[in-house]
Amino acid sequence: MSITPYIVLSAILFTIGCVGVLTRRNAIVVFMCVELMLNASNLALAAFSKQHGNLDGQVAAFFVMVVAAAEVVVGLAIIMTIFRTRRSASVDDASLLKY
Amino acid sequence: MIAFWILAPVMVIAALGLLFVRKAVHAALLLAVVMMSLAVLYAALDAPFLFAVQIIVYTGAILMLFLFVLMLVGVDASDSVVETIRGQRVLAIVAGLLLGTVLVLGVGQLSLGGAVGLGRANAPGNIEALADILFSRYVFAFETTSALLITAAVGAMVLAHRERLVPKPTQQSLAAQRVRDYAEKGTHLGPLPTPGVFARHNAVDTPALLPDGTASEASISRVLAARGTVRSAPALAEDIEQMQRSIGGARQAGRDSAVPASTEEETPA
Repeated sequence: MSITPYIVLSAILFTIGCVGVLTRRNAIVVFMCVELMLNASNLALAAFSKQHGNLDGQVAAFFVMVVAAAEVVVGLAIIMTIFRTRRSASVDDASLLKY
Repeated sequence: MIAFWILAPVMVIAALGLLFVRKAVHAALLLAVVMMSLAVLYAALDAPFLFAVQIIVYTGAILMLFLFVLMLVGVDASDSVVETIRGQRVLAIVAGLLLGTVLVLGVGQLSLGGAVGLGRANAPGNIEALADILFSRYVFAFETTSALLITAAVGAMVLAHRERLVPKPTQQSLAAQRVRDYAEKGTHLGPLPTPGVFARHNAVDTPALLPDGTASEASISRVLAARGTVRSAPALAEDIEQMQRSIGGARQAGRDSAVPASTEEETPA
């Protein structure tokens, strides 16, 4: 069994996540696209773990999940705070640092 | 591999949907599809621990967190279609296509050969083997993770915490305010009228009827009024007119045949 299809799928998902981060305006959807990219990398890690026959890849995927959980908690709290002050979840509205 | 060829198109379509759906809730549900499919792929890749963690942590916890925040922010906070930087969307799609092509071609050119497989590594059981590595080679990273998680939890609490600027109103102060309002502005002292007592309708979106026949604004929730889902009084009046017409028609029809026909029509009113 070759793992190439898994890696290709992972690359496609990563690309879609990338485009999503660049094009979507809603901060929460941008965040979901970041999650999609992390998931794609996890798939590649699990596939490579199978390719090489050791579990380091799976441990790395596990760590990615932990970091993703922490990131989501803090990120969503920031989005909530921004929404509370400007009544908007759009990434374009948080531009006060520009001026 | 069968699971892969079934799930891969589903995942790609769901992920593409993430780019095009307008509502954030739909995006979250599509992400759930991708994550569940990924969990199945993990199971196919001999990673039962990742399979369980993917479902419990990602689909169960992280995605629910997304949905919670969506509910707090407002479900209908949809994306704006206006481009703030001209040509950004086109450029982003071109860059994405380039990246995708490079990645897929690059991976496609690799000849990885047959996979070694996890049969030997998973021999003592996947979870036992993972724990073995996690608590020996990766123990420092694992301990650092705990610091990260604590920092994230404290950070989220600090960010979400709101300082109370005015003291919380007590029942006594609320009652005093009510009496003061009555003395100064003549606001009614008692509770607001209840909705849904408008002849045939019994629902919160139906305003109460005042003795003079007008609908009472105070009887319906302000949220419903803002959303515009309140049944308007004229529309209800139409209903009543229609009913009266049917009753009248029944009366005229039943005048020469049977008397109970009219009472039967009047009972639902």
